[in-house]
Amino acid sequence: MSDAGMSKIVKTMSGVCFPFIVIFGLYVIIHGHLTPGGGFQGGAVVASACAMIMIAYGSVWTMKKIKEKHLSIFESIGALTFITTAFFGILLADGVFFDNFILGENGIGRLFANTASGSSDIWTAGVIPIMNIAVGLKVIAGLFAIVLVMAYATHKIKGGEMQ
Amino acid sequence: MNWRYVFSGLFFTIVAFFLVFAVILSPTFGLKDSDDNYIDRPMDQHIIDNTQGETGADNGVTAVVFDYRGFDTLGEATVLFTAVAGVIVLFRRLKK
Amino acid sequence: MMQTFYIPYLAVAGLIIIGLYAVLFKRNLIKMIIGITLIESGVNLYLITLSFREGSVAPIYTAETTANTVMSLPVPQALTLTSIVIGVAVLALMLSLVIHIFRHYGTLDVRKIREEDE
Repeated sequence: MSDAGMSKIVKTMSGVCFPFIVIFGLYVIIHGHLTPGGGFQGGAVVASACAMIMIAYGSVWTMKKIKEKHLSIFESIGALTFITTAFFGILLADGVFFDNFILGENGIGRLFANTASGSSDIWTAGVIPIMNIAVGLKVIAGLFAIVLVMAYATHKIKGGEMQ
Repeated sequence: MNWRYVFSGLFFTIVAFFLVFAVILSPTFGLKDSDDNYIDRPMDQHIIDNTQGETGADNGVTAVVFDYRGFDTLGEATVLFTAVAGVIVLFRRLKK
Repeated sequence: MMQTFYIPYLAVAGLIIIGLYAVLFKRNLIKMIIGITLIESGVNLYLITLSFREGSVAPIYTAETTANTVMSLPVPQALTLTSIVIGVAVLALMLSLVIHIFRHYGTLDVRKIREEDE
C-alpha cells in the first residue's frame, strides 16, 4: 500500500506529543465556565491531535484501530446528554425548557450547585459543565469522523487508481 | 457567454456599492458617541451585571452560549450532526 | 468623515469584495470554494467588531475585576462562535461534493462541466 504513513522519527514524536495535547484540550473543555474556552474550542483542540496521529500513521492503519461506528456512538451519546439535560428543566424546577435546575435550592445532588465569585473552584455554575462535556464529546467525534472518512475513502492503492 | 460577464459585473458593482454604505453607516468602532460617553446597550449590560448571580459562572460568553441562549446552541449542534451524517453517507460507496 | 477610526470595517469590505470576485469570475471549483470561505471570514470579522468598547477587557470575572471595570459585550461573541462552527460544517459538505464531481466528470473546470451536461 502506498499510504503507509511517514518516517520513523515523525511517528515517534507524534506519539510522544499526543497525550499532552489531549490533556490540554480536556482542561479547556472542563474549565469552560471559569476561563476562556468551553465545549467547542476544546473539542477542536482534541480533534486536531487525533488528526495529527492520522497523518503520521496513515489512514488505513487508523481505520483498522478505530471503526467509524464507535465514533458515531460517541457522538450520539454527546447529543443525547445535551438534549436530556435540557428536557429535565421541564420536569423538575419551574417548567421551562433549558432551565438551570441544579443551581441554588433545587439541587439534584449537591454537585455543581454553588454560585461563583471572583476566584472560584470547579463545582459551580449548575448545568453548564455537563453541557460543556456533552458538546465537547460531540465535536471531537464529529470532526475526527469527517477527517478520517474523507482520507480513507480517497487513498490510492498500488497502481495509482482510486478505489 | 458574453451575457454572463455582463450580469456578473453588474451584480458585483451593486454589492460593492452596498458594502461602501456598510462602512459609512456602521456604529463607531469603540462604541463612544460624540461627547465621549459609551453608547447604551441595555441587554448586554444586564447580562454583564447579573451573570454571577443568575447562572453562577465566571465566564460571560459561556453563560450566554449555554444559559441565556441555549436554544441557539441546540440548533448549532443539529447542524454539526447533519454535516457529519451527510459526509459519511456520501463516502459510503467509495470504500467498498 | 463621520468616524475617526474605522479600519476594521474597511477590512470587512475588502474581504467580501475579494471573496465575491473569486466566486463570480474564476473557472476552477476549488478557487470558488476558497472564495466562499473568504466571504464567511469577512462576516465573522464584522460581528466581532461590533462588540468592542474602548478601553475594555474580556467579559470574564477574575480576582482583579472591580464593580466598575468596563467589559466588552458578550452576545456578538457568542453569535460569532455559532457562525464559525456552521462555516466548518458547510465547508466539509462542499469538499466532499467536489470530490464526487471530479470522479464523475474527470475535470474541475466549470465551463467544461456545463458544456458536457447540455
